[in-house]
Amino acid sequence: MADLNKCTISELSEKLASGDCTSVDIVNDVLASIDANDGNVGAYLTIDREDALAQAKAADEKRVAGSSLPMLGIPVAIKDLLNVKGQPCTCSSKILEGYVAPYDATVISKLREAGAILLGRVNMDEFAMGSSTENAALGKTSNPWNLDHVPGGSSGGSAACVAADEAIASLGSDTGGSIRQPAAFCGCVGVKPTYGRVSRYGLTAFASSLDQIGPITKTVKDSAILLETLCGHDAMDSSSIEIEVPAFGKELSTDTSLAGMKLGLPKEFFVEGMDPEVEKSVRDAVEHCKSLGAEIVDVSLPNAKYAIAVYYIIATAEASANLARFDGIRYGMRVDGKDPADLYAKTRSAGFGQEVKRRIILGTYVLSSGYYDAYYKKAQKVRTLIRNDFTEAFKKCDAILAPVTPTPAYKKGEKTADPLKMYLDDILTTPTNLAGNCALSLPCGFASNGMPIGLQIIGDDFQEETILKVGHAYEQSTEWHKRHPSL
Amino acid sequence: MSETHEGMDVGYVAKLACIDLTDEETTLFQGQLDQVLHYVEQLNELDVSNVEPTAHAIPVYNVLRKDEVGTSLNHDDVIANFPSATDGHVRVPKIIDQ
Repeated sequence: MADLNKCTISELSEKLASGDCTSVDIVNDVLASIDANDGNVGAYLTIDREDALAQAKAADEKRVAGSSLPMLGIPVAIKDLLNVKGQPCTCSSKILEGYVAPYDATVISKLREAGAILLGRVNMDEFAMGSSTENAALGKTSNPWNLDHVPGGSSGGSAACVAADEAIASLGSDTGGSIRQPAAFCGCVGVKPTYGRVSRYGLTAFASSLDQIGPITKTVKDSAILLETLCGHDAMDSSSIEIEVPAFGKELSTDTSLAGMKLGLPKEFFVEGMDPEVEKSVRDAVEHCKSLGAEIVDVSLPNAKYAIAVYYIIATAEASANLARFDGIRYGMRVDGKDPADLYAKTRSAGFGQEVKRRIILGTYVLSSGYYDAYYKKAQKVRTLIRNDFTEAFKKCDAILAPVTPTPAYKKGEKTADPLKMYLDDILTTPTNLAGNCALSLPCGFASNGMPIGLQIIGDDFQEETILKVGHAYEQSTEWHKRHPSL
Repeated sequence: MSETHEGMDVGYVAKLACIDLTDEETTLFQGQLDQVLHYVEQLNELDVSNVEPTAHAIPVYNVLRKDEVGTSLNHDDVIANFPSATDGHVRVPKIIDQ
């Protein structure tokens, strides 16, 4: 056993190309690791082993026939809100039990075209609403670094499976930090692409003006390779942007110099109540970037402090409209009623979990007659101010360095009783979703209790290349990413 | 918002959203959502009267496609998802009496 499950995409691509291993070997190692550890970690909701091995066998045959697709033979775990034809797509909600996806999401088609193996479906907060995966209705996921701690959310399964070497990489989605925060909590790399970079077709919508799909991986280079596969204009998503996709993976060199690069440090992102160990690790990372040749400049994002208030108005408003489709008529759960209205209410009451109900109610309220201007329209205006702050900041720097979260992963149950307290933890990630630009999270240290700490690198619109370059330089000159949790 | 925020009636809004809440849920959500609404009142600190709203951070306009017939989802796959079906149609409770 070569522990192929512990390798990165780029390492495995070399091994596959040189004939050192086959895709079937990789999938077997990954499945063995799932068997050994997922009872504790709980990342996966469903795995179709035979299908994964059949895909691996087909990938090996393609390689023998001369194919060298970028993701050929690499298993990728899928967040359970992306439609994969013929598979369940529960969004970790009871209301979608029994649903079988009749089509592939665009990112899934792209993974297939790139030769990737669709490994299984991983857990999440119900409909991506949450920051700890404790709102999942269909599974319980733990942080591989300490099983008493949360993996973060909403892409908790996507981060936990990569951290536990139960997948080589995974797909998540980020509406208010749902890729970056679990990546930080689990010691992985995660990218929220610029809004419009990646097609949302086939992603079960939470908040359509904020949602983006992105990679969670073990290294920055792997994120670059996977991101390149996912990007591109798609006629099926009218918000996707026609813009060239750079060769993200190839652009990353072994050169770790950041000479000539200006990196901004926003004072507002070192918020009150921040864990001192997180602040120290991030400030050390800033010094490290300086030692690699970057110039550090002060920038200001004065309206970022309003991001949580704006986010929880806009995201819930959009969610209340998007989730109206779950009514028990065309798919999923149905609880019969005396008339259609009774059926809708009975189905939705039985099918949705508490957090989803809470957010639908809040979203319905802020959109309702008499309150629309006071809440929703006002939030949209403040959203403009938050976006303008970033525009100004990027006149002074190439990328922004910041923490991802105010604290490392906390213990399960610590914040479930107080939704507002949990919402406030998204203060450092939501500004980017509201402004639309891109951001990356990568490991930059560990707290004294052994939990990973993340560094956030925020880029301007469509500047993924820049944040990947900075992240890669930092990562290649540090050792944090080489640690594995002991399971 | 202070002029409009007299407190949300959670039970009433839940009905608008087609969700039946238990009494316990109504009480719990009322407290939690009042807290959230109180928190978002901080937006009143800002004068945004001359600011344009942002609906999409990176907007695109007039996205049209050619009026051509494309492939649709497989009907059988879609129908197989219906909680209740008859002859390829969704079956729902009676809407109009008589």
